[in-house]
Amino acid sequence: MKIGVVTFPGSLDDTDAQRAVRLAGGDPVALWHGDHDLHGVDAVILPGGFSYGDYLRCGAIARFAPVMTEVIAAAQGGMPVLGICNGFQILCESHLLPGALIRNDHRTFICRDQVLQVENASTAWTSDYEVGQQITVPLKNGEGGFVADAATLERIEGEGQVVVRYVDVNPNGSMRDIAGITNERGNVVGLMPHPEHAVESLTGPGTDGLGFFTSALSILTSH
Amino acid sequence: MPRVIVDVMPKPEILDPQGKAVHGALPRLGFTAVSDVRQGKRFELEVEVADEATLAEVHQLAGTLLSNPVIEDYAVRVDA
Repeated sequence: MKIGVVTFPGSLDDTDAQRAVRLAGGDPVALWHGDHDLHGVDAVILPGGFSYGDYLRCGAIARFAPVMTEVIAAAQGGMPVLGICNGFQILCESHLLPGALIRNDHRTFICRDQVLQVENASTAWTSDYEVGQQITVPLKNGEGGFVADAATLERIEGEGQVVVRYVDVNPNGSMRDIAGITNERGNVVGLMPHPEHAVESLTGPGTDGLGFFTSALSILTSH
Repeated sequence: MPRVIVDVMPKPEILDPQGKAVHGALPRLGFTAVSDVRQGKRFELEVEVADEATLAEVHQLAGTLLSNPVIEDYAVRVDA
């Protein structure tokens, strides 16, 4: 199964995301922000980093990159799409996911191994987890505060669209401790923490992040 | 050439950590009259003519690219 990883100018974690796909048993495909097609991939990852220098707003310019036209159409057609950190910001700017990410309430960049609780294990990217399972993956962001208006918050809570929540501490002021969400269909997932940095014990806090990538691969294989 | 100004501000209910940081620095500098600071962005757009069609286009780009309607409000005016 081929999972594309988009590189924007300023992406940082694209090679780590490709490596995570490989360790999970998939074939990573490098996609370029200027591409007009998805080269036949079965799923897409928008990686972390600072696309277009985070100018204007995080993800605001990347959202209009040529490749995003294809990504948005594919996501609306049901293709699994995962946005990590900057990728989450791009998905919110694209309105594929509700809400937005703003500067951390404590105004400092945060980098830590973060405990998360899985709240929804039926999305395309979390089916290999159990609801209530706690996982540890690195978190590193300056603008990771999830915000949405009250009606949207009620709706995503009610519909089970919160995918992962911060445990013990709220590291960035996110409303309801929300670390990641999904769309109504469950194929598009965005989260601030970095599961691609927790896929090998040598280079991360463990392998708790691998499940995001194996989930998508098992869903794609079963179709 | 006419100039159109687009002001973008965080919505009142959205936390503005940058404004808070600026506000926090004021007393240290001896400024005590300011009770709150909100920080936004100002865009200056040069246009051929500031007619209705152009302003409609500016509104459209202000609402899609220059601001994120989920967290920000914008205002458009022609610079006199």
